[in-house]
Amino acid sequence: MVDEAPIIATGLNHFFGTGEARKQAIFDLNLTIKRGSLNFLMGPSGSGKTTVLTLMGCLREVQEGSVHLLGHELYGAGEARQVLLRRRLGFIFQAHNLHESLSATQNVLMGLQVHGQGSARKQMEAAQHMLGLVGLADRMDYLPAKLSGGQKQRVAVARALVANPEIVFADEPTAALDKKSGRTVVEMLKALGQTRGVTTVMVTHDNRIMELADRIITMEEGRVISDNAP
Amino acid sequence: MSRLLTLLFGRLPIGWLQLSHNKTRLAAAVAGVAFANLLVFMQLGILGALNVATVAPYALLRSDIMISAEDTHTLTDGSNIARAWMFQALGVPGVRAAMPLYVGNLEFKLTDGSSSTLQTFGLDVAQPDFAAPAIAAQLNGLEVENTAILDTKARGIPPEAFDGLRAGEPFSFEVNGQTLTAMAGIEVGGGFTADGTLIVSDQTFLRFFGKRSSGAPNHILLQVDDGVSVEVVVDRIRAAISTDSVIVRSMQAAAAADRTYQTTERPTGIIFGFGVLIGLIVGIVIVYQVLSTDVADHLREYATFKAMGYGHRFFLGIVFEEAIVLAFFGFIPGFLVSLGLYAGLRAASGLPVEMDATRAVVVLIGTLVACSISGAIATRRLAAADPADLF
Ligand SMILES: Nc1ncnc2c1ncn2[C@@H]1O[C@H](COP(=O)(O)OP(=O)(O)O)[C@@H](O)[C@H]1O
Ligand SMILES: [Mg+2]
Repeated sequence: MVDEAPIIATGLNHFFGTGEARKQAIFDLNLTIKRGSLNFLMGPSGSGKTTVLTLMGCLREVQEGSVHLLGHELYGAGEARQVLLRRRLGFIFQAHNLHESLSATQNVLMGLQVHGQGSARKQMEAAQHMLGLVGLADRMDYLPAKLSGGQKQRVAVARALVANPEIVFADEPTAALDKKSGRTVVEMLKALGQTRGVTTVMVTHDNRIMELADRIITMEEGRVISDNAP
Repeated sequence: MSRLLTLLFGRLPIGWLQLSHNKTRLAAAVAGVAFANLLVFMQLGILGALNVATVAPYALLRSDIMISAEDTHTLTDGSNIARAWMFQALGVPGVRAAMPLYVGNLEFKLTDGSSSTLQTFGLDVAQPDFAAPAIAAQLNGLEVENTAILDTKARGIPPEAFDGLRAGEPFSFEVNGQTLTAMAGIEVGGGFTADGTLIVSDQTFLRFFGKRSSGAPNHILLQVDDGVSVEVVVDRIRAAISTDSVIVRSMQAAAAADRTYQTTERPTGIIFGFGVLIGLIVGIVIVYQVLSTDVADHLREYATFKAMGYGHRFFLGIVFEEAIVLAFFGFIPGFLVSLGLYAGLRAASGLPVEMDATRAVVVLIGTLVACSISGAIATRRLAAADPADLF
């Protein structure tokens, strides 16, 4: 179904630890995320935002309940399906997680080569174009060690977006960026939503960019306590 | 390098980039592989020399069949054998000629103090057919008592000592208080049991080995009629000589058995064979250490790649790429240094320690396999890369 929402979470529970130490982190979460929307996940530290992000993003096994991601059920999904689904997603982590031995361009190329499509030349052009968009045209061949924190985070953004993901998951992507480039990144995600239908789910504490959000979901102690879903 | 590998793999050569990023680790790993290669090459070089040196004396003789005492493993270690068997064998159809062979070691000393242990063959000068052509041509000269053909490559004797002999002048020397005169030279060189070779007549041999008798040679050599199968004649002789006290073998089988004995039953062979194993294990351990540390150091990056949708095969590819790079980079210096050490060992010991293409290829393949095994073990650490831990 083309119109189906890209993410539908139903009755989602999640537990950490075993035996005595077993502790519930997510309680009966139900969320339907619309295609092309820019969603902020907010709430105090330890409220379960990251856990929800990793469950929706196919990075963590669903234990109870259901996550329907891009038309596929994640509950009980095998390794092979997870790998294929992840290729349709883009992740921007809190830490940049760039590969230290790869140049900025090579790091971005990694986001493309996972699909194994396009000639080496096409891939190179796409990677360089993307780095240009995040303002790093003059830093393409730098190793991460030679880049500032903000520049590294922008390389990570370029890597996440270069392969035209259908959904972008980001955990405080603007934390390492100055006000202006933080806003630029979020504006870019919003524009991608409006022009290409890219859906974004982003954890943020950044009040300066609140007005860009289509929807703000607030969590506390593993539950959604407010949601301005239209 | 990077560009070449990109073309080769159709992707970024992450393994290579990762290895070359940490130069110290790369150097240590390459040195480790090179060292393991060196170990293996040296052991194989010595084993190879043992093989060559063991069968070399057999090539001095021309014979189809050899009859020896049943406790014989080498040309010299068995009991003596009754010459009477020779006459029995001569009666077997297909046997054309026979010759008793006397073998023993003589200590050869020069006045300058240098000395050499010579493996001495006593041959029947009337039967030059039983000697290799180079010896056969000179055999007449040995009819004169106390004359010899001397190995000019004998170990322990300065080569200049033989300058005169090589120019055709007889060369006299003392053995066991008697004078021997070398009429001609041959080039054989030292092995593991003797420093060189000496050829004398059976008469001269018995003179120098006082306790030996003409009725009890070390071996009996036989030649078969043209067009007759050696194995068929061997079987006939075995049937004719019904005793457990002698063994009848083709000359080839005897040489092969000697070689097997030297490399698998004698301490020298076993020690060096074991050394090959040690080298292999050293290599596997070093490469495993390097690769598993490298995996552990990059778990975050690998977890990130997992989150991006890279599957298990991709990570195996990285680790194996690293293993192969290390194998090649380690092999090249290991091989080159081994060539140098071979030359040194040859010069110092006179042993036929030679590199051959088969050995080089086998060691390269072995290195690739060993590195891949290390890589395979190291990949078990990949499981620790969990993308859920990234946020
Ligand atoms: N790997 C883990 N092991 C055990 N407990 C965890 C783990 N990850 C998160 N938790 C717990 O789950 C709860 C939610 O954590 P998290 O999703 O990281 O919150 P947030 O991202 O909102 O700060 C917290 O109580 C945290 O301690
Ligand atoms: Mg968090």
